[in-house]
Amino acid sequence: MKKVKADPKGILTGSHYLDGDFAIAEGALAAGCRFFAGYPITPSTETAERFAERIPFVGGVFIQMEDEIASITALIGASWGGKKVMTVTSGPGFSLMMENIGLACMMETPLIIANVQRGGPSTGLPTLVGQGDMMQVRWGSHGDYQIIALSPDSPQECFDLTIRAFNLSEIYRVPVFIMTDECVGHMHEKVVIPPADQIEVVDRKWYEGPKEKYLPYKPDKDGIPFMVKAGDGYRFHTTGLTHDERGYPVINAACQDQCVRHLSDKILKNADKIVHYEEDQIDNAEIVVVSYGITSRVAYRAVQLARKAGIKVGTLRLVTVWPFPEKRIQQLARSVKAFVVPELNLGQIAKEVERFAAGRVPTIPVTHCGGWVHDPEDILKAIKEAAQ
Amino acid sequence: MSKIFYGNLKPKKGKIHINKNQCKGCGFCSEYCPSDVLEMSEEFNAKGYHPPRVKDEERCIYCQLCEAICPEFALFVTLKEDEEESQGEKSESRP
Amino acid sequence: MINDTERPESKNPVEDFLRMDRIPHIWCSGCGIGVVVSSFAEALRKSTLDLNKVAIVSGIGCTGRVAGYVKLDSFHSTHGRPIAFATGLKLANPELKVVVFSGDGDIFGIGGNHFIHAARRNMDMVVICVNNFNYAMTGGQVAATTPIDAILSTAPYGNFEHPFSLPYLADACGASYVARWTCLHIRRVTNSMQEALNKKGFSLIEVIAPCVTLYARRNRLGDGLNLLKYYYDNSVIQHGADTRTLDISYQGKMICGKFIDRERPTFLDGMNTHLTKALGDKYIPYGVQS
Repeated sequence: MKKVKADPKGILTGSHYLDGDFAIAEGALAAGCRFFAGYPITPSTETAERFAERIPFVGGVFIQMEDEIASITALIGASWGGKKVMTVTSGPGFSLMMENIGLACMMETPLIIANVQRGGPSTGLPTLVGQGDMMQVRWGSHGDYQIIALSPDSPQECFDLTIRAFNLSEIYRVPVFIMTDECVGHMHEKVVIPPADQIEVVDRKWYEGPKEKYLPYKPDKDGIPFMVKAGDGYRFHTTGLTHDERGYPVINAACQDQCVRHLSDKILKNADKIVHYEEDQIDNAEIVVVSYGITSRVAYRAVQLARKAGIKVGTLRLVTVWPFPEKRIQQLARSVKAFVVPELNLGQIAKEVERFAAGRVPTIPVTHCGGWVHDPEDILKAIKEAAQ
Repeated sequence: MSKIFYGNLKPKKGKIHINKNQCKGCGFCSEYCPSDVLEMSEEFNAKGYHPPRVKDEERCIYCQLCEAICPEFALFVTLKEDEEESQGEKSESRP
Repeated sequence: MINDTERPESKNPVEDFLRMDRIPHIWCSGCGIGVVVSSFAEALRKSTLDLNKVAIVSGIGCTGRVAGYVKLDSFHSTHGRPIAFATGLKLANPELKVVVFSGDGDIFGIGGNHFIHAARRNMDMVVICVNNFNYAMTGGQVAATTPIDAILSTAPYGNFEHPFSLPYLADACGASYVARWTCLHIRRVTNSMQEALNKKGFSLIEVIAPCVTLYARRNRLGDGLNLLKYYYDNSVIQHGADTRTLDISYQGKMICGKFIDRERPTFLDGMNTHLTKALGDKYIPYGVQS
């Protein structure tokens, strides 16, 4: 990976009043994204609209493709053409993209997909909040692979985490997902955009050796292969079929093992560098509230009330949801009495917490099918129940 | 023997190179050769196909149609230079 | 028996354009795809393009394997999506010349939507579609191009769906260059490919090719040579023919030729012209070539 200077052309330095969707577009431009292919879908359309308005003044391409499948595929092509790329969607479009998310993982292509989650399944609640795609982002495509998913809780974090997402994507050559939701996407808050020299931007590892010796999928010392782009004379081949280091398809079990484990190890072996969470008053906590996205802001109110009532509650806010912070949960399971996991779905991440708590302590999900955020009283009730 | 006509024009002559092991015996080359230079042989290659063989190389007029129509990239034609002019052969872009 | 390490002493000139470490290829004996690839290699050889800037994208299927064999920057994407992939590739680096080389089922079945929009936008790319009238790789199923009455595994009593006329579809969507040949028209195919490579805009070259193992076998049409004889006897060349008259019936006449060759602004041309007009000096033009 190579740290490069952020291009000031794309950066609207200053203090703004933006909604989460707009903040994602600004974050992308600040990170160096110069290609956007998308399709309108509520509640994410504003990001595409903002990008379309801004890109003519920054230098790049916005194209509204004919569907989400075309969008994600065009993204992969553009990434191999050398650009930093992004799309934005919601539940139904996310489902459409799944096959080619697999292609992006298999070809080890850096790209960003923001999912502004809404109530599902199917057409669901197009204009109302949900967090029901958290397992889908991890397992939506077929086969074994690893991705990185971030969950912002405010428009400011939408901006910051988008830049972080681009950097992670470039370093690990993997699709990175920004799993926000309609509430954060449509809420307007202050977003401070720093000047270009304070924004850290990373480029993918470009290959610079002799052309004849280039092997597209030979992992470097850090486990990640060097990348090239079309047009530089490497005459390389890349495919969605299981392939060897030359990029050629090899259809046998040995190659499959090597190929698939590499895709997994690339992320899991570097999980410590990728996983990011924020904790509050966790040291003596008896109950830990694990949450992410908009729910973490609602949970904050419940936690305040619980602490007033004398309960020792700590919070663990997941900033990266995938890779999941397994080690931290395992650690905490040895010292706390219970986990409380509120989320706007029927317990998708709660099951992960429970899995890594490994039966040492109970995990109490606070489920909610979406359409609105939790009532803090419900979370408080769960915390009180856990405290007994 | 080389015919000379219209002053100094001479018909081109070709030498056919057959990669017998790459051939899959489809027969396109021998069927469409306009000078009846090729026929499918009786011998087998490692994959069990009958590759073509050159019946009469003198008839080859270097039209390169066999080279263009082979789906396996298994045969190609090089231009035979006249002995008086130069030694050896060269290969050109197909007309 | 021939010694299996025997090779000619000199090199077949087409090898410069192929990944020879992967030849012999997987296509059947008598399959026409190899002939089209050979014609394509010749078009590349004759073209003045910098081959380092030519990229090839394939989909899934027998023709989809072409990307793996041609020695250019090559991409083997998912089923039906090479045109969308090529759109992204071209827009990210407008200096590239992007060729989509895929089959009829891939481009016009699952990929139909991407085809019509790329043609409508006049994306600058060359689409070479090898039409063998079926989905061959999966065992010979009916496709959007299969003639009525042909028997295939998912139409075991004969196909009753009306097929696409590919040049008509491309014309209706606004393609800039449309031609149809059979793989037997080797030099005309190469010429069309050269013209399309040198032309800006969306080009479609349909090349009809024999599918011996599936289409021919299931319909008892013989082998590759029999199908080539059918192409020889039944193809007529009518340049500029009305694209509405180009339907192919089962073992019927095939009208070949160059049907459309027109100028239209490409997507990037349109984008730059329009945004310059709307935004003046503040607009940063994209990918403007000298």
